Amino acid sequence: MKRTIVPLGPYHPLLEEPEHFKLYVEGEKVMELDVEIGYNHRGIEKLSESKTWDQVPYLVERICGICSTSHPFAYCLAVEDLLGCKIPERAELIRVVIAELERIHSHLLWLGLAGHFIGYNTVWMWAWKYRETILEICEKLTGNRNHYAMFKPGGVRRDFNDEQIEYGLNRIEELVKPLTMLTNAILDDPVIHKRLKGVGVLSYEDAVLYSALGPTSRASGVPWDARWDEPLAGFKDLNWKIITQEDGDVFAKAVVRLLECFESISLIKQGLEKMTDGPIDARIKEVPPGEGCGRYEAPRGEVIHYVRSDGSNMPYRHKIRAPTFNNLPTFRVSCVGETIADVALITASIDPCYCCTERVGVVDECGNEKILREDDLIRLSIEKTEQIIKDLGKIPTLYSKEI
Amino acid sequence: MDILKKSFKKSIWVFHLSAAACNNCDIEVLELLTPRYDIERFGMKLVGSPRHADALLVCGAISAHAKPRLLEVYRQTPKPCLVVLFGSCGCSSGIFRDSYSIVGPVDKILKEEDPDVKIVYIPGCPPKPEAMIEGIVMGLGAL
Ligand code: SF4
Repeated sequence: MKRTIVPLGPYHPLLEEPEHFKLYVEGEKVMELDVEIGYNHRGIEKLSESKTWDQVPYLVERICGICSTSHPFAYCLAVEDLLGCKIPERAELIRVVIAELERIHSHLLWLGLAGHFIGYNTVWMWAWKYRETILEICEKLTGNRNHYAMFKPGGVRRDFNDEQIEYGLNRIEELVKPLTMLTNAILDDPVIHKRLKGVGVLSYEDAVLYSALGPTSRASGVPWDARWDEPLAGFKDLNWKIITQEDGDVFAKAVVRLLECFESISLIKQGLEKMTDGPIDARIKEVPPGEGCGRYEAPRGEVIHYVRSDGSNMPYRHKIRAPTFNNLPTFRVSCVGETIADVALITASIDPCYCCTERVGVVDECGNEKILREDDLIRLSIEKTEQIIKDLGKIPTLYSKEI
Repeated sequence: MDILKKSFKKSIWVFHLSAAACNNCDIEVLELLTPRYDIERFGMKLVGSPRHADALLVCGAISAHAKPRLLEVYRQTPKPCLVVLFGSCGCSSGIFRDSYSIVGPVDKILKEEDPDVKIVYIPGCPPKPEAMIEGIVMGLGAL
């Protein structure tokens, strides 16, 4: 059969690193896939060399709007690794609370978008409605909905008072019920099962081979979690477990994310309850020459920050590795053999915030180009869902085509 | 001025474009669609093509790579159109201003292209959804 190339992207407004996919298709089936990254380049690593140690957290926070805690977290760990200093216990717990709040809102955001892709706009609206609760807690605790500016090398910038802790505990408790309802509704829905199960399978071996990270690897049964592997201050005294699934398909990834939300809720509650009075900052004065590395488990996987100091007040070198960088190449195995209608979903399943792919162009061998827009991609995906609903003979309650 | 009055009297449709943003602004834009804020009750609607849009929402400092695309989108939008710059990045390139790959701020680029461009600035990092709604409404009022 004739092989056609479908370029996907590169502009992708919801992504920290817009990327460009080339799908090699035969008929409907995707045979091979190429990924190019490097758009949306803002030169963060270079910029960071012109900021002082204390200013860098503000910059790395703005690498990505969703992982806006994970990057400063890893950066602060790197600087603390360089210094060999230990931060006060209260600061550790505040970090845990903020980081886990971020994990819940990131997972809910993903869930909503995934719902949107398969035509379940109810799931989209619900997930984002519950996400608002998290953002409100964040606003109360830190003063901003996103970009909290809470982290600094050696501790945190702001303390929580009792009223804030109480508010946080109450609101997070409120979330358990609707989230349980949403999880059950999704896990029970026959169409979602049919639509997501067995799609975009990433086997255990491939997950290891490609060094997949975060929920992408945990859904394939690889229990990697930087919070656990390298017992992070704060996390090691709390009671939680790593969620894994065996199947490696999109459904397993959704299950991992949903169940992780509950782990995060429990971590936040434990963190807020355990908080004892004390200092929140180790007061770092100087950064001596040396190097340090920090690892932290962001919602999408492990981020690594490496810093080198020459003894001045700015990093001499700052290197960042984000999880999507590792997860992207897994498309080469998980997309191959799938239909174009599923590709949007599979690429979304690693959570690169695949929401607004600008366009898809279908180029056949004679060079004729056919442009498919993002809407067309979603339409293809929705059509497939509708087909499943038709085969099933009844409309599930969660399904709604209208936005 | 008449045509302006006419075209902005009813619901406005917006096209959202992001270039070298940290994507937080973009998420807040989507947030506007969700039940809590629901901008569609004001008749604002996100559309998929600049050719259908009355207003452009631009988030992010513009990288060298994105500049031609921004200009192309601007040329495709039917005039008169309103340009809404979201966030500190959109207004002034924000924290990325000194970077080697940033050519923004957006208003400078657009003014070079079209000196009469109508711009509304909504600062904040990211602006709160309420601020966004108010900004757009005030922008329309000022026109
Ligand atoms: S203004 Fe702030 S939130 Fe918006 S894109 Fe820029 S850095 Fe991100």
